[in-house]
Amino acid sequence: MAVVQEEREIAISVPVNKSEVVSSFRADDFAVPTGREEDWRFTPMRRVKSLLNPLPDSSGAKVAITAPDGVNVEWVESGDSRLGQVLTPVDRVSALAWEHVEQALVVTVPKGSTFDESILVEIDGSAASYSKIRIIAEADSSATVVIDHTGTGEHASNVEVSVGDRSRLVLTSVQDWDRSAVHLGRIHTQLGRDATLQQVVATFGGDTVRLVSTVGYDGPGGSADLFGAYFADAGQHLEHRLFADHDAPHCRSNVVYKGALQGEHAHTVWIGDVLIRAKAVGTDTYEINRNLVLTDGARADSVPNLEIETGEITGAGHASTTGRFDDEQLFYLQSRGISADIARRLVVSGFFADVIDQIPTESIRTRLWAAVEDEINLVGAEQSQ
Amino acid sequence: MAELVIRDLHVSVEGDEGAREILRGVNLTIRSGEIHAIMGPNGSGKSTLAYSIAGHPRYVITSGTVTLDGADVLAMSVDERARAGLFLAMQYPVEVPGVTVSNFLRTAATAIRGEAPKLRTWMSEMKESMETLQVDQSFASRNVNEGFSGGERKRHEILQMELLKPKIAVLDETDSGLDIDALKVVAAGVNRVHDKEDTGLLLITHTTRLLKQIPAQFVHVFGDGVIVTSGGPELAEQIDAEGYEAFAAVPAAGE
Repeated sequence: MAVVQEEREIAISVPVNKSEVVSSFRADDFAVPTGREEDWRFTPMRRVKSLLNPLPDSSGAKVAITAPDGVNVEWVESGDSRLGQVLTPVDRVSALAWEHVEQALVVTVPKGSTFDESILVEIDGSAASYSKIRIIAEADSSATVVIDHTGTGEHASNVEVSVGDRSRLVLTSVQDWDRSAVHLGRIHTQLGRDATLQQVVATFGGDTVRLVSTVGYDGPGGSADLFGAYFADAGQHLEHRLFADHDAPHCRSNVVYKGALQGEHAHTVWIGDVLIRAKAVGTDTYEINRNLVLTDGARADSVPNLEIETGEITGAGHASTTGRFDDEQLFYLQSRGISADIARRLVVSGFFADVIDQIPTESIRTRLWAAVEDEINLVGAEQSQ
Repeated sequence: MAELVIRDLHVSVEGDEGAREILRGVNLTIRSGEIHAIMGPNGSGKSTLAYSIAGHPRYVITSGTVTLDGADVLAMSVDERARAGLFLAMQYPVEVPGVTVSNFLRTAATAIRGEAPKLRTWMSEMKESMETLQVDQSFASRNVNEGFSGGERKRHEILQMELLKPKIAVLDETDSGLDIDALKVVAAGVNRVHDKEDTGLLLITHTTRLLKQIPAQFVHVFGDGVIVTSGGPELAEQIDAEGYEAFAAVPAAGE
């Protein structure tokens, strides 16, 4: 991995300990956020307004599922007992989506089974919608799940994931929305003993996307790699909030998020919270966020935050860097015969490679590289005008 | 036979207090196989000449011409100049995070040669150059100039020169920051490329150290944005003995 150029640690005064955050299944337990709250202070509230109260009609998305034989896929009523076992909403939008969604999708990977073929959940929005997805990877299983968001409209989602003892789950969430879409989502993964999660979140589209991804541990040996890639163009707001809650001993979390920005008012936010509770001895955690600013007028906010309640840990670190692809780099590459377009492509693809190449599903990987290519062509076209 | 011809070149930079003229009419011709040295005190405009030839956007050409085999270099973009056969080994090569040396070199070679080099011959070509320049093979997988020492950066510049085979190469203060052992390795690399490819070389330096390793046939003394005197290797010896002040119209640095 690339050497960290500048490392800055930001001390943020968090109003409450992460463990004391309000969580509830009832939207009315949360006040309508105004944008002054710590959790919402970066979000353009005006643009997400329609999701702050119940949607009059939340049927604006189609969901298609492709799964290999042996994986159980069911649509269930929202009161099903398998729902709400490991995820409790921590904000009003998530609670509204929880309460008002009509049906939930439950994907179960049976005990001891292994699937090489990906389980693909495609959410295609055309108007306002809610979704609730429950993924249960039973003990000793191994599977790959892709949740793919496309289309327009406003969308609020909850993805509740359990990775059973000794299981391995690879979960990719792609936000390839049309430019006008708004998506506020929550993903929570609870890891069993010696369970492994590899999560890749890729956000390229949408007007405003705000995803809260949290991880908890039920026993020792849990291991989570949380990778993310995002690319914001002019006017887009892409926000990723992560929280690794180390509440079991000898678990691991590794967060690597990379973002590129270009154009006026492109805005990205990355919040990386890690809490190591008193009983979580032997924790090994590291988080890094790197941003690559390609043009003037873009803004990347990056806030790593580590709370440690025990000294007996294996490792805990975080880093945040924001670099520019500047004129000197461009001149250097061009002076070796490389055209400005190819130079930009070289830098941007090199930047994203270690995240995008983590995605095991080839079709998704290919599509994301194509999306990166489109983004590069966009700035190339702007700059040659 | 390639020929780089610089005629009456005037160059300004835009500063806080408006445009400032740095080059005030430079005339110089460099042909294949020739080794020229431009020597002068710090601040005399030597590096401006190097970057103006390469096309750095900071430098504004106000008058004069630069041609390579008759083609108008000043009308070319930076990458077109490189593809036409010009090369600048920089004094301070920049870091390019996220791009490996291997990927960078192959992309550059593809651009310069007009087609991607065959993978197998390319690998052996790269390996051979790296060995001569005593560059560790692990360099290939590191990011361009990221965390490189001063010496590593200079060797990486010459490695590029060897692989890109320019007609005319400008070496800007290539000796700066190198200890004598590193200097010998870098100079041997430059001489090797020169002998093999018949490259025309323009060495830019303010000391005679480099000229003891790379035999320049033509020495030009630079002062206040113009070439003050030209001669053979004996000029370098004179500079060594008497300093730049011995040359009329060459003000000391900072004046």
